[in-house]
Amino acid sequence: MGVHPVLDAASTPGRGGDAVARGRIDELVFTHLAKVGVAPAGLSSDEVFLRRAYLDAIGTLPTAQEAAAFLASADPGRRASLIDQLLQRGEFSVYWAMKWSDLLRIKAEFPIDLWPTAAQEYYGWLRESLEKNKPYDQFARELLTSSGSNFRVGPVNFYRAVQNREPQSLAQAVALTFMGARTEKWPAARRADMAVFFSQVGYKPTGEWKEEIVFFDRGKPLPTAAAVFPDGTRTRLQAGRDPRLDFAGWLIGPRNPYFARNIVNRVWAWLYGRGIIDEPDDIRPDNPPLYPDLLDFLEAELISASYDLKHIFRLILNSSTYQLSSIPRSSKPEAARNFASYPVRRLDAEVLVDALNQITGTSEQYSSSVPEPYTIMPSGERAIALPDGSISSPFLELFGRSPRDTGMESERNNRPTALQRLHLLNSSQIERRIEQGPALQEILRKPDPRAMLTGLYLTVLSRYPTEEEVRIAAAYQQSSGLDRRNAAIDVAWALINSTEFLYRH
Amino acid sequence: MGGFFAEETNAMRNDDRNETLKVPLFADLTRRDLLRMGAVGGAGLALGNLWFLPAFAAPPKPGARAKSVIQIWMWGGPSHLDTFDPKPEAGSDFSGPLDHPIETNVSGIRICELMPNLAKCAEKYSIVRGMTHGVNAHETASYEVQTGRASGGTNVYPGVGAVVSYFKGVNAGYKGLIPPYIVLTEPQGRFADEGFLGLRYQPFATGGDPAQTRFAVEGVVLQGISDQRQQGRRQLLHDLDALDKALRDDPRMAPWKESERQAYELILGDGGKVFDLSQEKDEMRDRYGRNTFGQSCLAARRLVERGVPYITINYQGGWDTHKENFQTMRRRVPEMDKAMATLLADLSEHGLLDSTIVWWSGEFGRTPKVQWEAPWNGGRGHWGQVFSAVVAGGGFAGGQVIGSSDARGEEVKDRPVYPMDLISSIYTLLGIDLHAPLPHPLGQTVFVGPAKEENVRTAGMLREIMGARA
Repeated sequence: MGVHPVLDAASTPGRGGDAVARGRIDELVFTHLAKVGVAPAGLSSDEVFLRRAYLDAIGTLPTAQEAAAFLASADPGRRASLIDQLLQRGEFSVYWAMKWSDLLRIKAEFPIDLWPTAAQEYYGWLRESLEKNKPYDQFARELLTSSGSNFRVGPVNFYRAVQNREPQSLAQAVALTFMGARTEKWPAARRADMAVFFSQVGYKPTGEWKEEIVFFDRGKPLPTAAAVFPDGTRTRLQAGRDPRLDFAGWLIGPRNPYFARNIVNRVWAWLYGRGIIDEPDDIRPDNPPLYPDLLDFLEAELISASYDLKHIFRLILNSSTYQLSSIPRSSKPEAARNFASYPVRRLDAEVLVDALNQITGTSEQYSSSVPEPYTIMPSGERAIALPDGSISSPFLELFGRSPRDTGMESERNNRPTALQRLHLLNSSQIERRIEQGPALQEILRKPDPRAMLTGLYLTVLSRYPTEEEVRIAAAYQQSSGLDRRNAAIDVAWALINSTEFLYRH
Repeated sequence: MGGFFAEETNAMRNDDRNETLKVPLFADLTRRDLLRMGAVGGAGLALGNLWFLPAFAAPPKPGARAKSVIQIWMWGGPSHLDTFDPKPEAGSDFSGPLDHPIETNVSGIRICELMPNLAKCAEKYSIVRGMTHGVNAHETASYEVQTGRASGGTNVYPGVGAVVSYFKGVNAGYKGLIPPYIVLTEPQGRFADEGFLGLRYQPFATGGDPAQTRFAVEGVVLQGISDQRQQGRRQLLHDLDALDKALRDDPRMAPWKESERQAYELILGDGGKVFDLSQEKDEMRDRYGRNTFGQSCLAARRLVERGVPYITINYQGGWDTHKENFQTMRRRVPEMDKAMATLLADLSEHGLLDSTIVWWSGEFGRTPKVQWEAPWNGGRGHWGQVFSAVVAGGGFAGGQVIGSSDARGEEVKDRPVYPMDLISSIYTLLGIDLHAPLPHPLGQTVFVGPAKEENVRTAGMLREIMGARA
């Protein structure tokens, strides 16, 4: 079949083509690539960009109608305006609440022990913060300094979503979340210094079952009043003042070496699959950034945009670097490392099951076994919107959803396994969705074979079939000896099992 | 209590000195030691990589005979009085109508009259009559029986199957396509077998029904899709998968390609044939009984032949007999008796019993005093004070009874056996070092066996029937 006109657009006359630098991000990346002699991949086609932008920005597959509308547009600014639309959609906050819930360990029980009511409250605060696009410094400050009931003040659960409430463990969670740093790799003295700021976090029960108040506990001893921040800056803690306030003040200050840097690097990694510092939650001197000036640039942008994270999303999504094809031109091993092509990766468990449900018009049942009685989610709930890590399904577990035990990015496991493939290729659950899912039946029933195939392609792969693909599908019906309906089922099955569907690319 | 390792350590260290890791004395093992040995990641080690650490499983020790385990899981908690611990002398308020236990072929051992086949082969298995944990709720009792630990701590421990899967599975060079931990046929559901070990150590639940003409193992056999259509589909997938073609030689896609190869080896290749029970003679299938449990036992034997290290038969036989206990027992125990006796004989005939542990247990026993009144009408409630387990093969001697319950089957009389005692015995026969660390997502130091400070209840391993070593 040779070069695919949509996926390998750069090599196809009249489409895609070479990527040109469109801003500071691209200047930095492309200059560096030229210096090391790596040719960047071509610019992705509109079809590839469309699907990628939906999946990366809102964790949602475009519908056939959305795909067709975008592909029909002749507006030269169509990519930028699509990005603006996506950043305004409700799914943006839903999807990023899922991501943040992994980091903030939002889970009712085992071994994180929030309790369902508290998990819901924590999640509710998170969703609302994202819906309002709360400035990131304010977001962090609320998480770090709140006091009150776990059932009424969502962010206090940050200090409860840990497996151990010792000050060093609290400091560890804070450093991991907001500094992208792993304190276990720090010298012991620095760990102890940071723990001082969390040594007066108190917990007390109320009369209500499982309710707990998180508060500034003056009764707990402060190891020292001469405290030291992780960057070595010294401060004097005042008696009677919550030291978490001192820490938060230091952390979100504009010259803090960790705070803005951590989050822009994470956003880059979330969108691009690989951090400028990688892994994104392992920032330390001996793990330097690939592009230090790119990180500096994004950091400065975030601060000058008053910590509006959507500004960073917009910058990255609009760059040619982000919009490069996933098919590399250079097979040099350093090409992938240097951002010369978009990294392919398997869809997240929640995104995948939502996409399958959207395509077929079916739903998955999610439940939580803790505490009894079971929590059964209403049918039709999207997996990306599940508020609590204890609410799950066998599919989500099989496909490596984050267990939310530690808040580490790597808890999510997107590596393909034979059992995942068996489930998709050959299980009765997937077969039933394909054979009986009402949304898919509507497409499969179309009398005109080409219209049927077009509907399938737009629905599953968000693009039109090529002539070659039309020919292959027609030939399949002949060679298989199947009737039209069953041959169409097999084509739908093949598209759903294709790398093109199961991967972000 | 809690002196488990104090009792066991010396003997084990003498046995294991050369074979396993040079783990210092248990109590001395520090977290830093473990990190140096690569046993546990700190929270700093990528979780995604953690599962791929080389196993701590040393090759089986010279003395370790067992290679596989078949766990017959009696979900619901079968009555001990109406199976392996009959009490006719306690009177009909305890024994109910099942008051004529039968003598087995081993003198002095008698079992319930509904088990004539097992009565003929008591030399193959031993009965543990002093099982105890005192827990009377299904979930927490299931957890304790299968992890050895009481529920409710900060850690969710993995069950035996997951631990065996870790030590005997992919990390230990297990090359089988069949996942190392299989459940026939439905997962336990209310119990996360893998615990903190995570996704990779979950059991593979077959689904389907082995008693049907075609055992439709979920993912392996798809009803209504012929092999020819499977092949056609696979070709179509390759013809249409544009991205796969564009990235044909891309090393990033290697795991994807490998996962497909393995999947099709099971769907279309020889890998899946292990589930094709039609390859067995009719006579053999009849011997097991043409029902789901009987054919599950047969499937389990075939899996053991293929080297699968752990198979759970989740026997959903309605053993939670709150109402009309005796009707259920009369209906279900004969089926169990026939299949289990055949399994032991068949494993033995195949030369596999020596290397295969068969473990029969529910999460608890049942109220010894029959509840005759409505609505129970001769029912029995949950009873965790004392119950029975059965072990056979893999180095466990047969023909023995370990411990006893009191005259009414209400309390342990002699030789209590806590879940950890039984589980540790199984690990030991498999050559799994109780001192070996388990990978923990937060880098906590957690071992196969309990550390002293865990205060796990124990009365010692089943040394009485583990003595003979090959």
